[in-house]
Amino acid sequence: MSLQETADPLAKPIYANLRRSVTVVALIAAIAFPFVFSNPAVTSIAMFTLLYLGAASTWNMFCGFTGYMALGNAVFYGSGAYFFANLTTHLNLNGGVGLFALVPLAGIFAGLVALPVGWIALRTRRHTFVVITIAMFFIFQLLAYNLTALTNGSAGMQVPSPIWGAKTYNTYFYLASLVVALIAIGLAWLVRRSSFGLELLAIRDDEDRAVGLGVHTTKIKLLTFVLTGAVTGMCGAVYAYYLGSVYPPFAFEAIFDVTIALMAFLGGLGTVTGPIIGALLIEPAQQWLTLKFTNGGIALIMFGALFLIVIRYMPEGIVTSLAQLIRKRMRMKAPALADAQQGASS
Amino acid sequence: MGTEIAKAIVGGVLTGGVYALMAAGLTLIFGVMEIINIAQGALVVVGAYLSFVLQVHLHIDPFIGLIFTMPIMFVLGVTIEWGFIRKLKTQNRTALSILVTYAIAIVLEGILTMIFSTNLKTIDAWYVEKSLHVFGFYLPYVYLFGFALAAGLLLALYIFLYRTRSGQSIRAAVQNRTGAELIGININRVSALTFGVGVAVTAGGGMIFGATNSFNPNSSYDLISRLLVIIVLGGLGSIGGSLIAAIMALVIEDVTAVVWSPVWASTMFFAVLIVVLIVRPNGLFGQKATRAQ
Repeated sequence: MSLQETADPLAKPIYANLRRSVTVVALIAAIAFPFVFSNPAVTSIAMFTLLYLGAASTWNMFCGFTGYMALGNAVFYGSGAYFFANLTTHLNLNGGVGLFALVPLAGIFAGLVALPVGWIALRTRRHTFVVITIAMFFIFQLLAYNLTALTNGSAGMQVPSPIWGAKTYNTYFYLASLVVALIAIGLAWLVRRSSFGLELLAIRDDEDRAVGLGVHTTKIKLLTFVLTGAVTGMCGAVYAYYLGSVYPPFAFEAIFDVTIALMAFLGGLGTVTGPIIGALLIEPAQQWLTLKFTNGGIALIMFGALFLIVIRYMPEGIVTSLAQLIRKRMRMKAPALADAQQGASS
Repeated sequence: MGTEIAKAIVGGVLTGGVYALMAAGLTLIFGVMEIINIAQGALVVVGAYLSFVLQVHLHIDPFIGLIFTMPIMFVLGVTIEWGFIRKLKTQNRTALSILVTYAIAIVLEGILTMIFSTNLKTIDAWYVEKSLHVFGFYLPYVYLFGFALAAGLLLALYIFLYRTRSGQSIRAAVQNRTGAELIGININRVSALTFGVGVAVTAGGGMIFGATNSFNPNSSYDLISRLLVIIVLGGLGSIGGSLIAAIMALVIEDVTAVVWSPVWASTMFFAVLIVVLIVRPNGLFGQKATRAQ
């Protein structure tokens, strides 16, 4: 068969029906969620979970597949947020469902920002790349504070308030976040299945060899980086609309990058389902921790300890570890059958 | 204007020395273990708090207090390496080490917040407020002493690395980890030693940082971002490179504050990295990355 099936055991053809039905059920559950659980606290956590899910999936699409750790995606999140705020303010628009149509525009803007950022950053490898993305993040945060003509500095910018009332406030944002998350997951899935995805994985495994084999590494790295930036920008735009205002430390938030990285790692780097599971586990935990422990110190210690435990015991991530477990079980149960399937798929 | 710029340059050089000291541990650890220790910012703050506690509660002069803080930090470093870093498997080492050290930084920050709260503290001593008046410049004693300490510690580090057996094994591990293991160097011991030495040196950096800035547990974020920029600018693994990079970046930042505007000074600091990396993707003194082992 093909390489793409070895990492994700659920991708094997015999599980196709199971996968399809689970996906459909999950989709229906996700759409119905805000109507079943209408408690605003719950829907707000759910909305953030979806936003982070989208951001983590698209982060994984670049970092998980190419192996480059980018810790500066908050750059695009904030760029999308500020673009949205700027556009709505300067066009003097009124809040309403129509404003969601501007979210893709914010995505395009963030993608355009990703072009020079990516071009500069992708000239470097591994550790230098990580640091330069971090440096980019701080530059953008500082720009947000200092380019007062565009960003209003630390006073922040306002976004028009939506016209729908407090009762259904979260529902629209939840659905918008769901759309963005689905775009992120869909894109990641498409990339994973395609030969484009194979080329990205080749870069992860051995970039020099990939270049030698004729993969246009620079172009596809940049393209994927831009796509990631665009989707992350859309998440930022929805976030800006939800909050109603954009401030430098919230739009460009240091912990954002590490959180989505942790989600992808927890779930399973390089898989499509990994970041989803990671986000579903971590985001509610994070919200709960911040609510429960008002003394900042304890919350930090617990969050850090959670990090450490996850990385120590499940460095491969849940999905990949589970995959290995399933494969081991299959091999123990029916060795001949398992071997035949392994043989057919390699 | 000329004297302003000259003052900015001098100030930048002195501050650069301090930052180089803080970054030295980071560079050393990266050079040997190929991991980026994001907890370095938090460790500097820990060093600052240790010196602060010694000075406030036991009235020990911060410089003398180093006799106590450095061994404490050495033990802390070895513990961190043994407890968390060693357990990392080789796959995805870069990414995992970043996440692990970030987690350690968060835990350290949390512990410090619990013990000391977020009130700003600073280390006080007779030399913090006074300055040396020479040639029309006012050079704060604390920066002069800090620069001297930085020079002293970096020299000691150099002697350790180039004149002792342990230092030799560390350098061997830097050059070729697998090869070093093959000739009988205990990589685990070397890694623990490196981490310990790196963090011990950071005690000095932390003390000076605490004497020259007011700090609280949140200071680690801004600090680590600057330290990372410095070591990448200098070239990963090159201690001399990070010294030059630190001085260069801080001079540019201080001169920008004078010539253009203080508002843009910090941005220039980061922008310098971008500009240099466009021209030299491996930093000023870095080597081209070898194929992943």
